[in-house]
Amino acid sequence: MFTERRKDLLKQGAIWGFIVLELAFFSIAGNYLSVTDTAFMDFDNMLLLLKQSAPIGIIALGMTIIMINGNIDLSVGATFALAAIVMLDSMTWPFMQALGDWAIPLAWGFALLTGVVLGAINGLIVWKTGVDAFIVTLGSMLGFRGLVFMYNGEQPTSHLNWTLVDFAEAQFLGLHTASWFLLAVALILWLVMTRTVHGRNAYAIGNNRDAAVNAGIRVGPHFLLNFMLIGFLAALSAVVFYSESGSVNPNDGMLYELWAITAVVLGGTKLAGGYGSIVSTLGGVIAIQLLRKGLGHIGADTETVNLVIGLILIAVLFLDRQLNRKGKEELKT
Amino acid sequence: MADLTKKGIGGFLARQGILVAFVLFMVGFALANQRFIAIDNIFGVIRSSAILGVMALGVTFVVIGGNLDLSVGSMMSFSTIVVLDLHDTLGPTLAIPAMFGLTLALGAFIGFLVGYLKLNSLIVTLGMLSAIHGLTLTWSGGQNMDIADKEGTWFGLFGRGDILGVPMPIVIFGTLALVLSLVLSKTPFGRKVYAVGGNGQAATFSGIPRARVVFFTYLISAFCVATAGLLQASRSLGSQNTVGQGYELEVLAMVILGGASLLGGSGTILKTVIGVLIFGFIENGLLLIGLEFYVQDVVIWAVIILAVWLDIAAKRGRLWSPIA
Amino acid sequence: MTDQPPVLRLEGVVKTFPGVRALDGVSFDLRPGEVHALMGENGAGKSTLMKVLGGIYDPNEGQICVAEEQVEITSPMQAKARGVVFIHQELSLADELTVAENIWLGELPLKSFGRVDWGKLYADTDAILKTLNVSFDARTRVGDLSIANQQMVEIARALTVDPRAVIFDEPTASLTDAEKVVLFKVIADLQSRGVGIIYISHRMEEIFKITDRISVLRDGQYRGTLNTAETDEEAVTQLMIGRKLDLSRNESHHEMGDVALEVRGLSCGHLFNDVSFTVHRGEVVGFYGLVGAGRTEIAETIFGLRDPSEGQILLGGEEVRIHSPIEAIARGISLVPEDRKGQGLVLGMNCRDNMTLPQVDDLTAGPFVSDGAEISIFDQYRDKLDIRTPGWRQTVGNLSGGNQQKIVIGKWLSMRPEVLIVDEPTRGIDVGSKSEIHNLIRDLAAQGYAVIVISSEMPEVLHVSDRIVAMFSGRVMRTFTSDEVTEDSLIQAISGLQGDKVA
Repeated sequence: MFTERRKDLLKQGAIWGFIVLELAFFSIAGNYLSVTDTAFMDFDNMLLLLKQSAPIGIIALGMTIIMINGNIDLSVGATFALAAIVMLDSMTWPFMQALGDWAIPLAWGFALLTGVVLGAINGLIVWKTGVDAFIVTLGSMLGFRGLVFMYNGEQPTSHLNWTLVDFAEAQFLGLHTASWFLLAVALILWLVMTRTVHGRNAYAIGNNRDAAVNAGIRVGPHFLLNFMLIGFLAALSAVVFYSESGSVNPNDGMLYELWAITAVVLGGTKLAGGYGSIVSTLGGVIAIQLLRKGLGHIGADTETVNLVIGLILIAVLFLDRQLNRKGKEELKT
Repeated sequence: MADLTKKGIGGFLARQGILVAFVLFMVGFALANQRFIAIDNIFGVIRSSAILGVMALGVTFVVIGGNLDLSVGSMMSFSTIVVLDLHDTLGPTLAIPAMFGLTLALGAFIGFLVGYLKLNSLIVTLGMLSAIHGLTLTWSGGQNMDIADKEGTWFGLFGRGDILGVPMPIVIFGTLALVLSLVLSKTPFGRKVYAVGGNGQAATFSGIPRARVVFFTYLISAFCVATAGLLQASRSLGSQNTVGQGYELEVLAMVILGGASLLGGSGTILKTVIGVLIFGFIENGLLLIGLEFYVQDVVIWAVIILAVWLDIAAKRGRLWSPIA
Repeated sequence: MTDQPPVLRLEGVVKTFPGVRALDGVSFDLRPGEVHALMGENGAGKSTLMKVLGGIYDPNEGQICVAEEQVEITSPMQAKARGVVFIHQELSLADELTVAENIWLGELPLKSFGRVDWGKLYADTDAILKTLNVSFDARTRVGDLSIANQQMVEIARALTVDPRAVIFDEPTASLTDAEKVVLFKVIADLQSRGVGIIYISHRMEEIFKITDRISVLRDGQYRGTLNTAETDEEAVTQLMIGRKLDLSRNESHHEMGDVALEVRGLSCGHLFNDVSFTVHRGEVVGFYGLVGAGRTEIAETIFGLRDPSEGQILLGGEEVRIHSPIEAIARGISLVPEDRKGQGLVLGMNCRDNMTLPQVDDLTAGPFVSDGAEISIFDQYRDKLDIRTPGWRQTVGNLSGGNQQKIVIGKWLSMRPEVLIVDEPTRGIDVGSKSEIHNLIRDLAAQGYAVIVISSEMPEVLHVSDRIVAMFSGRVMRTFTSDEVTEDSLIQAISGLQGDKVA
């Protein structure tokens, strides 16, 4: 039992250990290889890193819950793009322009609502048809992206609102708006997953769905709620990101789903469901961004980042399996 | 409520629904626009579907074997970039086999990880998606690739040439589909792929080398990807290094639309070809009746969900899921 | 006891599935404070009856009364609310959650904003655990508990309500003797509180130790209720299978040939230890023991699915090392595995393809599989084993258990093995097919095959074996010849008592 506990701690701490390793490596290697004179561990640099992690990070946090459920959502990238378009485009509507800066919260509302509705569509289909979430969201990934293109063709959608940009670039206690959103979402979801009945049920469903059903947990509405949540978060991520940039291409957000899943898996969440933690996912998100920045810092091509992250993901999987081996007498199947 | 005829029709629709849907689409589009069934239009559609179609053939093997391959998109962009780059340094005669060799090596690596090390294929190929993309960018130095002398090379043959009036991509797609269909349905290896995907443990207990079979499915997939890369490079004689991005999920959608189960053990090459053609003809049909190409994505979305839904509804004997 | 109204009463319950009458007018009652055994062979309708009681199936006819009040049960939750609680055979726990969360799954105590009231949760749970006298507490992760303790968590779940009736489905299947004692104490405690208990088990000795009455199902029909004190094993068995239990031993010994397989001092980690035995051509050696005694693991080791940590395997007198089923098959060993659906068959494939799977590489014409060769093999073994199927194209998943098992046996016979290992050959198979398979095994030995039969059913082992190896907890306790074996000595050997102490 004791070793079990230790293994558990090891698992929880692994991602943070990895982050420390990255920091140490890039700081030391940076002394010899750095292309700039600034130290890697620079405080501002770290704050910027958190900000840059926000768009994928917010989505990855939501993906954690979906994956703890034993589901997956491949449509978040398309949801992200559609919500962004709705936000930017809605501010050009005549009645919205008449509202002045009051249009901003309304535009945000429209965007978030878009996300929730798209999530609800996924959730309802998963619930009512019983088709695997992987296939449902694979389909809606195409479908939602189609909607993105239908909205404005292949043209980018732009609308720059300086109040919005100011807000997005604002810093409070040294942290950028986006960082605050990331941390707030992480805190709230952490509370949800560890303190509330909904969160505990999410683990139970992913862990042993039959047991959860037999215990009277209504799995369908639970899934629906979580898909709405990740839709909301994908939209929130878009709101945070595009408030600053003010322009969205119809191809934006492509492959975000895969990046988010990578972060979640790096954080140790089980693909089969039932195990995982919000905090570890946050670690996974930061680790990826750290790698990105670190490799740039030591002068490696940015292209190498993809290579390294991919190989690390596979290495993590391999290590995880080695840790869970049962020894020599195991059945060889 | 469940009377027999209704059940019979429902069962038939569920089993052959995708074929019925395909025929309905074709008839509908043909009525809406005569041009739809013109031979050059049909050739055009198949030709433009060929690249994704060739990849779908390989992924069919992987999926029937009970695994996923999300790396085919970035692997294809690797093949394309590599063959274009080597074309100018080694010449086309050497560039093509070299590119096939490198792509097969990548496939072998994935096959080793998933087959012999038994790592989860979703994550392995997700990692490889990213890693190969990085490899491609490193190879190209972040630049787009172009063949220097586009007029003086015979390299365009595969993407632009034709045999007796049939465009080469169609010939290649058709030949590959035929060969792989025979491999899957008629050879001992094909039988083993179904057994490994249908019940891996039972396959092991029957003395089937599971790891080796999985390994070879990825090798076949890589071969198809290399062929697709060749077609792409040969057609455009130059390429952005982001070509192929997002193809992995589109290809998977085609395979699923064709009726292969993600759990493994079911599906055929013919069905995948139908899945590929549905993608192509819906896009083309919608264009011909005056809609933009991206409307097809929304239609495909509905078709995929309906197809899979009807399939599992027939298996469980009721339309709506039993999830409370 | 008899004058109290029953806590649970079923009257004429009928449940049909397309083509099957799974329950055919079942009636019985459960009195407060009694332990009522429910017995029947596999497929007799016990699990269907439990699913009707749990609201998973809707009965076509008949009524269910809880405390003399007619009720309609539509979900396990509702059953629980009425005080009818199930302790399932397959544990339905979430490993990653704590004991407390599992016990109150679906009804965690709430505070504002949907928060869990952890204080109340742990206090309530510890109170229940205290009555069960267990060594773990509410905060323990369920995945860290032993199987027996997980069973206790299941039982604790039943105590979150004031239960009227508790249904135990094969609760001792994976428990050690010491753990069983604790379980029986819990049952006695429930009994003394006036709770009615339905106890489903195949183990006669337990049934006679703890139950008050025994009800028997056969082929979905209710066959009657007996008072435990007034009956014996034979009468119950007769009721269960409709005839006397055939404990006859195998009389016909065939001409025995050379030693086909010899195992010397074979060990595999903690699974089994220092196992030695021989099997001759023309001989059937039965392996008898409780679940978990290491019999299946020995078979898997011989078949190359596990690496032995010590010892030798000799085939025809020559030492061999077998690292995979492929090598085992090449050396003429075949294994009909225990788990037919999980290990024996690819359910989505047709009959022919399943049967020829191990030799598909050899059945080729050019690069392709030869249809003719395959069909002729299938036809040959279909006739030989009397497999009833509309044709070779039939999907194996659609066949009955007996025919499925014959496909697996046919698959391995067609490989013409030197040594055939059959693990639980008749599990989940109807009585008729059972004896057919028994005869088949005897026939194979007569033809000169060396056969190993692993079974948990004593009649089966007695019936087919020339010699019987009794195993207990990974060790061979004793080897009997079919002439010297008695039921008592066999039971003592597999319970860990030394054979020589018995006489």
